Amino acid sequence: MSSLQIHVDGMSLFGPGLSGWAHASEVLRGRTALTLAPTQLPPAAALPPAERRRVGLPIKLALALGFEAARHAGADPARLATVFSSTAGDCDNCHALLETLASDDRAVSPTRFHNSVHNAPAGYWSIAAACMEPSTSLCAYDATFVAGLLEATTQALASGQPCLLLAFDTAYPEPLYALRPIPYALGVAMVLNPVKTVKARASLALNLCHAAATSMPEPDLEALRTGIPAARSLPLMQSLAQGTGAIAVIEYLDSLNLAIEVRS
Amino acid sequence: MRLSSFTMTSALGAGLDPTLAALRALRGGIARKRWETVDFETCVGEVGGLDTRAVRADLAAFDCRNNRLAQLGLEQDGFAHAVRAAVERYGRERIGVFLGTSTSGILSSEIAYRHRDSASGALPADHDYRNTHNAFSVADFVRRYFDLRGPACVVSTACSSSAKVFGSAQRMLESHLIDAAIVGGVDSLCLTTLYGFNSLQLVSADPCKPFDARRDGISIGEGAAFALVESAAHAAPGDITLTGIGESSDAHHMSSPHPEGLGARSAMQAALRMARLQASDIDYINLHGTATPSNDAAEHKAVTHVFGTQTPCSSTKGHTGHALGAAGGVEAIICALALQNDFAPGGIGTEELDSRLPCRYLLANVDRPMRHALSNSFGFGGSNCSLVLSKVPA
Repeated sequence: MSSLQIHVDGMSLFGPGLSGWAHASEVLRGRTALTLAPTQLPPAAALPPAERRRVGLPIKLALALGFEAARHAGADPARLATVFSSTAGDCDNCHALLETLASDDRAVSPTRFHNSVHNAPAGYWSIAAACMEPSTSLCAYDATFVAGLLEATTQALASGQPCLLLAFDTAYPEPLYALRPIPYALGVAMVLNPVKTVKARASLALNLCHAAATSMPEPDLEALRTGIPAARSLPLMQSLAQGTGAIAVIEYLDSLNLAIEVRS
Repeated sequence: MRLSSFTMTSALGAGLDPTLAALRALRGGIARKRWETVDFETCVGEVGGLDTRAVRADLAAFDCRNNRLAQLGLEQDGFAHAVRAAVERYGRERIGVFLGTSTSGILSSEIAYRHRDSASGALPADHDYRNTHNAFSVADFVRRYFDLRGPACVVSTACSSSAKVFGSAQRMLESHLIDAAIVGGVDSLCLTTLYGFNSLQLVSADPCKPFDARRDGISIGEGAAFALVESAAHAAPGDITLTGIGESSDAHHMSSPHPEGLGARSAMQAALRMARLQASDIDYINLHGTATPSNDAAEHKAVTHVFGTQTPCSSTKGHTGHALGAAGGVEAIICALALQNDFAPGGIGTEELDSRLPCRYLLANVDRPMRHALSNSFGFGGSNCSLVLSKVPA
C-alpha cells in the first residue's frame, strides 16, 4: 500500500501551559519549560453574544484552535471543510443533563439538550466562521486523533480542497471523571492541503503500521500524551515544531498505529 | 461503491422481510406508551425484545440497549455471513467500521446516575462508561464482534450521522486504506432525547405526520442499519450502489434549520453532481421529513428549488419514528429496498397534506421502475447530508 501524502499549511495547539502555536512550539522544541496549569483560552469573540453566553469549554477550545490554525495557514475559515474529533462532547454539559435526568424534576434545559450533541462545536464553528462547507464530527475513544487525521486527509484528497482538522478533549467532572480521568483540556488543529503550495510548512506521508508509538522524552509531556486522546498527537506536533525530518508513530487502535514521516 | 449486503432493524421489525412487508402494507411501528421511567405518555418507534437480549457473552462488557440493538441488527439477512466472507477475501486489517450514533449507550449512564453512592457520589462499580456510554462504543462493539483490525470511528453529527459514514467509507476506499467497510448506524431510546426533544417542544402527542397541514412534531424511534460496502468495480446488474454523497453546513442555528433550506439545497446539489445525474433522473426522494413545522417547511423549499414539484417523495418517519443518529442509515436501506423492488414508498401518518408545501408527496405506494433514489438527512448543528443510491441496470 502506498502512503497518503498531505501538506500542513498551518497549526494550532492549546493545552495546559501550552497557549497557542507560537508558545507551544517553543515548549515542544525544549526552549521553554512546560508549566502545567489549567488551559487558558481566548474569548469566543467570533460568536454572536447570544451564542457566546451558551458555550462551554470544548466549544471555546475548538474556536481558538480553528481560528489560529486558519490564520497560521493564511486560509479563509469560511472556505475550509472541517473534521472535529473528540472523545466526548461537552463533558460538563453531559454531567449536568445526567444529574437532571436522575433527579425528581427531569425538566432539562433546551440549550443544554442541543449543546449535548457531539457536533455542537462544529455547529458553533460553522456560525462563527460563516462556513457552509462539509463538516463531520468523530469519536474513536483513545484513537480519536488518528481517526480525525485519516478522515481529514482522505476528505482533502477526495475533494482536492484543504480541510481543517480539530482534535480536542476536555474533562468530565466527578463521578464520570473517575471512569475517564482526562487531566486537562487540550486540543490541536491543522490545515491539511492536498496540494503543495508556497504555504506548506511541512509535508506528511502517512502509513498504517504495527510499530510502537513514539513517546515524548519529557515526562510531563509524556503524561499528557498518554492521558489525553488529542495529545496522542504530541510526537507529530513536536516534529512539526522542530521542522526536521522525522518519523512519528502515533497510537491508533489496539496494535494498529500510524507512522507519519514529516518532511519540511 | 457497492452495497454488497445490507440490513435494517427498526420498529417495523428485525431485518428486511418485515420492513418490506410493512412498507408494502403502509403499516407503521409507532405506538403510544410510557417508556422506561418516563413520567409522561409518548409515541415511540420502539424495537421490541431488547430488554431480554443480552449481547454475546464474550462481549458482555459492551452490554447496553444500543449494542443489543446493534447485535440484533447484525444477525439479520445473512449480514454477518457476508462480513465473514469479506474477511476471507480481504483480511481483517482491510475492513473498516464507520458507524453513526447520536446518543450511543448513554441510557446506561442515565440509569447509573440514579444509583450513585449516597456518601461518595460514585457511580455503581459495574458501570462501564467506555463500552456503553462513550460514542465509540458501537463501532468498537461491531469491530470486536467480527474481530476486525482495520480503521474505525463513530460519526456523531446528530441526525445526519449514519448518512455521513457512507462518505467516510468511500473516501477511505478511494485512498486504498481499506478494501471494504461496515457502515451504518445504531441509535436507541434514552431519557436524554425523550426529555430533550420535549424541552424543545418538538415532540408530537400523536404519531408523527410528516408534511401534514397539522403536523406538530416528531415521534422518536430507534433503529440499526448496516451495509457492507466495497468498490463499485465489483457491481453486477441489479446491485445497489452509492453513486453520490453531498455534505454541507447551515451555519445558521444549533437546533433550527436554515429557513430557506440553503444548506440542504447545497447537500442535494453536491450529491447529484457526484452521481453525475440531473434532478430529473431521481425516481424517488426519501425526505428527512421529521414532521416538525419548521423542518418540513425548510426541506420543502430546498427540495422544490432543486427538483421542482414533480419528483415523487415521502418521509418514512411515519413508519419508523425518527431514529435520530440511525435515521440516515435506516432510510438509505429503505431506498435500497425501493430500488430493488421497483416501488416508491408512500408515507404514513399524514392525513391532510399541507397545501403550503406543494410537491408530489406520496400517500400510497407507487409501483414504477426505479433506477435512482435520493435520501436526505439533516441534523442539529446544521449538519446536512444527501445520498444518491442507484441500481445497476441489466
